[in-house]
Amino acid sequence: MRARGFLSGGWLSVYAFLYIVFLYLPVIFLPIFSINTAPTPKFPLTGFTLQWYADLPHTPALLDAAWNSLKVGVCASVLATVLGILAARSITRYRYPARRAIHGLIMAPLVLPEVIVAISMLLVMLQLGLSLSLFTVVLGHVLVCIPYSMTVLTSGFEGFDRSLEEASADLGESAFGTFRRVTLPMVAPAIISSLLVCFTISLDEFIIAFFLTGTEATLPIYIWGQLRFASKLPGVLALGTLLLVASFLLMTIAEILRRRAARRTRNEGGLYA
Amino acid sequence: MTAAVEGSPPLRMTRARRNALLQSEPVQGFALISPTFLYALILLVLPILVVIAHSFWTQHYLTIDRTFTLENYRVALTEPIYRDLLWRSLYISLTVSLFTVILAYPIAYFISFHGGRHKSLWLFLITIPFWTSYLLRVMSWKVILGYNGVLNSGLMGLGIIDEPSTALLYNSSAVIITLTHAWAAFAILPIFVSLEKVDRTLVEAATDLGDGPLRSFLRVTLPLSAPGVISAALIVMIPTVGDYVTPKLVGGKDGVMIANAIQAQFGKAANWPLGAALSVTTMLIVTLMAGATVLIIRALQRLAR
Repeated sequence: MRARGFLSGGWLSVYAFLYIVFLYLPVIFLPIFSINTAPTPKFPLTGFTLQWYADLPHTPALLDAAWNSLKVGVCASVLATVLGILAARSITRYRYPARRAIHGLIMAPLVLPEVIVAISMLLVMLQLGLSLSLFTVVLGHVLVCIPYSMTVLTSGFEGFDRSLEEASADLGESAFGTFRRVTLPMVAPAIISSLLVCFTISLDEFIIAFFLTGTEATLPIYIWGQLRFASKLPGVLALGTLLLVASFLLMTIAEILRRRAARRTRNEGGLYA
Repeated sequence: MTAAVEGSPPLRMTRARRNALLQSEPVQGFALISPTFLYALILLVLPILVVIAHSFWTQHYLTIDRTFTLENYRVALTEPIYRDLLWRSLYISLTVSLFTVILAYPIAYFISFHGGRHKSLWLFLITIPFWTSYLLRVMSWKVILGYNGVLNSGLMGLGIIDEPSTALLYNSSAVIITLTHAWAAFAILPIFVSLEKVDRTLVEAATDLGDGPLRSFLRVTLPLSAPGVISAALIVMIPTVGDYVTPKLVGGKDGVMIANAIQAQFGKAANWPLGAALSVTTMLIVTLMAGATVLIIRALQRLAR
């Protein structure tokens, strides 16, 4: 065996470790300073406190924002997932002209600058005479969530064996019965995964909400408003930590479900292939 | 044969053909995707067309004059303030995409070639921070780089510096660092995917034919993974050029980018047509820059072989 120099697994794993530190370190400061007694985030730490967390439920504006975020997140994730199911099913099962172009268009919000997506929707909504509200935020969030929903669902639908559905139809199930008793159980984990991913994106999304909301704030908009006041920082850090934990949990569950969905369709399809 | 009999077969055939058409794959597939497609048309394509239309109009206080004019583009391209912001945004997004790709490549290589059974766990570990709120990640950089921030207090605690440095925050380097961190995961995935497609037997063949590890990497693996490098560069470059939050939070006066000017036109300055022209110009220039990047990487790829 020759020495493989800088391409060896050894050096690369050191680099990988440092890279993970670089990715996680900045994020970890939020929880650290959210339990520190000093109101400004700096070293050395002064002492442990949960006071900043205890203050959170006594802030009405924050509770309103949380409620708004919840409403927007639920509506956006359900709508985006329904539209994602239709599109992912069409993309994975059928072949037709312009299929790739349509797919590309639906995925486009992923690579466009968010500001430009946001202001163009703002212009149209104002032109159409829609007044800005949480509803317009939902419309915007659905657009940016669909590409993620599509990605999750396509990986769940791919390898889905059509002969299972055909067998069910041949054995006398109605179209709806086939969908409910064959298709749905197979893709359910992918659908739940898509709902969680979209909810997380909507919960964390700032730019589109910032442009498209009227007077009602979502959580990121509330945080943005608080950032102007240095004295409010510990509360923002505490709230931010809670959001980080929520995103982390939701995404972990989503990932586990997505993998289960991919495994399920592939294995069970394989049995009948 | 009677006329009636003669008339009916074509009729039956059209009905049969219409049924066949309705049940055909293309029609069913298209029908299924059409709600999502329409949604994207109405909320993405139509709005972008409206922006393009606005960029040729003029704002008169509260009304918009719809006579065709190129005045907004003249302002966007020649006024020093917008020209500088555009240049800076392009410079920042180009630098950020260069850094993210260079930093991401070894990780993608490591996961693909040395990840073993844990490939998906590695990918998951790397994407997790990306799923946390963008706003919060930018905020944590503000906490790190600030005057009383982590870095300054840490360096002072270690006795490396005597007083807090003001050079860390509120400039374009702070914007570049923050964006490089924010987009890291985005660059890893496409490079990883293209490295997974590299035929391992080709690398072995190169080694068997006497290429050292570095040479076989440069002549086989790297050129074959060029498509991943291209998509990684584009997926970072295009969105970062229009970033709003990072310049606003950590950029200060020297780190302002074009998105902040666009926002101002739709907010305080209330000049929608100019904001629209700035948006269109930004998109056009970043598209050109992206095209140039693709050409350069492809040329390098050919050169390497």
